[in-house]
Amino acid sequence: VSAAPPSGRFLRLAEATRRPITLTIGSERIQALEGDTLLTALLLARGSLRQSEFGDGARAGFCLMGACQDCWVALADGRRFRACTTMAEDGMALEAIP
Amino acid sequence: VSVAPQGVAVVGAGPAGVRAVEALLAHGLRPVWIDEGLRAGGQIYRQPPPNFVRDASALYGFEVRKAQRLHRVADAMAAQADYRPSTLVWDITESALHVAGSGGSGAIAFEAAILATGATDRIIPLPGWTLPGVFSLGGAQTALKAQAVAIGGRCLFFGTGPLLYLVAYQYAKAGAQVAAVLDTGSAAGRRSALPRLLANTPALTKGLYYLAWLRSHGVRIESGIEPLAVLGKAQAEGLRFRDAAGATQEIEADALAFGYGLRSETQLADLAGCRFAFDPIDRQWLPERDAEGRALGAANIYLAGDGAGIAGADAAEAAGERAALALLSDRGIAVPAERCRTLERRLAGLHRFRAGLAEAFPFPAHLARRIGDETILCRCETVSAGSLRAAIDGIDATEINRAKAYSRIGMGRCQGRICGSAAAEVLSAALNSDIAGVGRLRSQPPVKPLPVGAL
Repeated sequence: VSAAPPSGRFLRLAEATRRPITLTIGSERIQALEGDTLLTALLLARGSLRQSEFGDGARAGFCLMGACQDCWVALADGRRFRACTTMAEDGMALEAIP
Repeated sequence: VSVAPQGVAVVGAGPAGVRAVEALLAHGLRPVWIDEGLRAGGQIYRQPPPNFVRDASALYGFEVRKAQRLHRVADAMAAQADYRPSTLVWDITESALHVAGSGGSGAIAFEAAILATGATDRIIPLPGWTLPGVFSLGGAQTALKAQAVAIGGRCLFFGTGPLLYLVAYQYAKAGAQVAAVLDTGSAAGRRSALPRLLANTPALTKGLYYLAWLRSHGVRIESGIEPLAVLGKAQAEGLRFRDAAGATQEIEADALAFGYGLRSETQLADLAGCRFAFDPIDRQWLPERDAEGRALGAANIYLAGDGAGIAGADAAEAAGERAALALLSDRGIAVPAERCRTLERRLAGLHRFRAGLAEAFPFPAHLARRIGDETILCRCETVSAGSLRAAIDGIDATEINRAKAYSRIGMGRCQGRICGSAAAEVLSAALNSDIAGVGRLRSQPPVKPLPVGAL
């Protein structure tokens, strides 16, 4: 059995008929659906959300309910959001994630 | 500073908060009602965003009627109460709530408040738990329920508690691949807890059903295991564990979720000045309250739901209503005595069940106490268990807040929500002292990080 994830970490199991939206991460465009949280949108498209500022590798959130604060991401304009409790919006431009 | 209408505030819109607001409104009090969630329901009855279309029974299973009833009650009250969703109470003093979010930012003066702040998973760190692909059990459930996504392609669930089996069942039922369900508790422990679990036969029956369903669908289930490490260098690739027979095994998975029961969110009760006592069943310092929900040590505070001690959603509904009736009665408003007694009887029965759950799914404190020195304990600031042990070596840090000052454990963005339980165990083991004796992390405002500009 292969345990390798697809391009993204999460797997959408249902609710796939909502209105599509587009976000950018650096120069990369990702598709999401209206009603996805920022965390859902990002982890459906990629494997992680950010690099730990303490040098111990990538992070992809943990509690998904606003308690652990592991999923803060930055928009290109410098504003920072907790990805699990922030709705993805069409046209959102995120800072490139290393 | 704005003023809560009629001086009453309710914090939280889970089962306890909803029933508290309902009782207040029914007796003519219109509270300000603040909740971090986008929609009412709390974590257990969490609602997806409004444009999701799945049938409610797919989301809530056997609890669908309870969930729908609660949502209906909440929806009907949203216009009657001063309801402020997506809003954080980040501080509380004896006379004001400090809030930030969609419902506005600033101080709200209050005379009495009901705190129904809920709970999160109790975590025991293990090597590799900060890798992408490792989540809490509650987080895995939220991903599915509120977003219709699975945390990965092949999901492994471990830890202990009723949520372990429920989440695995919900994932498998929704079409996700479940690699295994690994419980640190033992089948013998679950059997010996049966008499007390019979205090809530419907909940026991559902638990047994999930287990039977998973077995009949070929899901691998093991009890009496000890998790050793998350496999993988850059992301999670599986779990190494010791099985009940003592053999080391590995199971591949690209997503793992774990937890060991729940822990109460007590920060606001602490900041409000509530008196705390150590609860041996929850193995946590909890705000003290009388049987009707009045906080001890803070005259105008009432406590309900899992935020004041883990008892589950049914107890939260009863406790929320009971606390509201206590508040009303304290303000000289007549409340039906028979209803009060009914709620108190229900709560007593549910607390017996809760004690049974603690016996069926015991918190494996020994695993926390011997976390390896290299294992990251605090994921906010990447502080290892060894750093905590080294920080207290040779100094007089017999109490967790002093240990925090020296090691930064619990000082990160989550304020110890995630690592605090395990850190207390590590400290108590290192000091060779009683777990209650190491104390509890003091809460600091803001209880969660605020977006810049919210102040």
